[in-house]
Amino acid sequence: MTIGLAHYLVVSAILFTIGVFGIFVNRRNIIIILMSIELILLAVNINFVAFSTHLHNVQGQIMAMFVLTVAAAEAAVGLAILVTFFRNRGDIEVDDASMMKG
Amino acid sequence: MLAIAFYIMAAVTVLSGAMVITSRNPVHSVLFLILAFFSAAGLFVLMGAEFLAMLLVVVYVGAVAVLFLFVVMMLDVDFVKLRQGFANYLPIGAVVGVLLLTELIMIAIAIADRGAAAGQSPQVYGPEMSNIEAIGRVLYTDYVYLFQASGLVLLVAMIGAIVLTLQHRVHVKRQDIHTQVTRRRKNAVEIVQVKTGEGIQE
Repeated sequence: MTIGLAHYLVVSAILFTIGVFGIFVNRRNIIIILMSIELILLAVNINFVAFSTHLHNVQGQIMAMFVLTVAAAEAAVGLAILVTFFRNRGDIEVDDASMMKG
Repeated sequence: MLAIAFYIMAAVTVLSGAMVITSRNPVHSVLFLILAFFSAAGLFVLMGAEFLAMLLVVVYVGAVAVLFLFVVMMLDVDFVKLRQGFANYLPIGAVVGVLLLTELIMIAIAIADRGAAAGQSPQVYGPEMSNIEAIGRVLYTDYVYLFQASGLVLLVAMIGAIVLTLQHRVHVKRQDIHTQVTRRRKNAVEIVQVKTGEGIQE
């Protein structure tokens, strides 16, 4: 039994779906939402690397590196916004986070 | 042997990913996120992308996950309250998830069957050209501008995070270099004629 491209793509698809599902069910907890976004980006990275290595072309891995960079930046800024939000409101319930409106 | 390793890593990745979104304690969520990243790095090694696997461990486990852990532990949040509504969104989330998963798996199987990469085996890097060398040869030539731009992205993210979280406390004395440097003798010293035996009064 050989492990082919389809296996990796299926793992990536399951991980992506778990991330989307996590955003759906944890609507109030923004920390879990940020972690779900990280899971989605990880799924994208697995997809990139699987195609890169099966097409014998290294450019997919370069793209995965850029995705990694953007994911790190996004996590840092997202958590900074979260800390500021918590300082201003005392909790992190984002269901009614409309205080920045106009 | 490779198949066993793949199935173990894939199962651990998927299960810990599921635990990230379902566990009650967010600290456990972060720890499962770390486990998911570790086993995904194992998958990368199986595919031959060793450099990206190490990068995943260093960047995600070493920086991002620890940042998450730090924030989760720093904020004093009632996480039980935040879990209300979990069941409300469960049906719609399940419907969307099942549809999305079905579509993605169908696309994946079709691509793997008839796409450009059909029937190819993963690239094997030998001693004459390692994975990191192959990446470096492309990254520093064709993608050098994007490489610089990603550095800029990180710089902007760093400045943004600092600006967002820096707070000015009101009652804390700080060093003000401008007043320090522009201070002159007449603002600081006063010469008073003191009569003998009387001392100084305000």
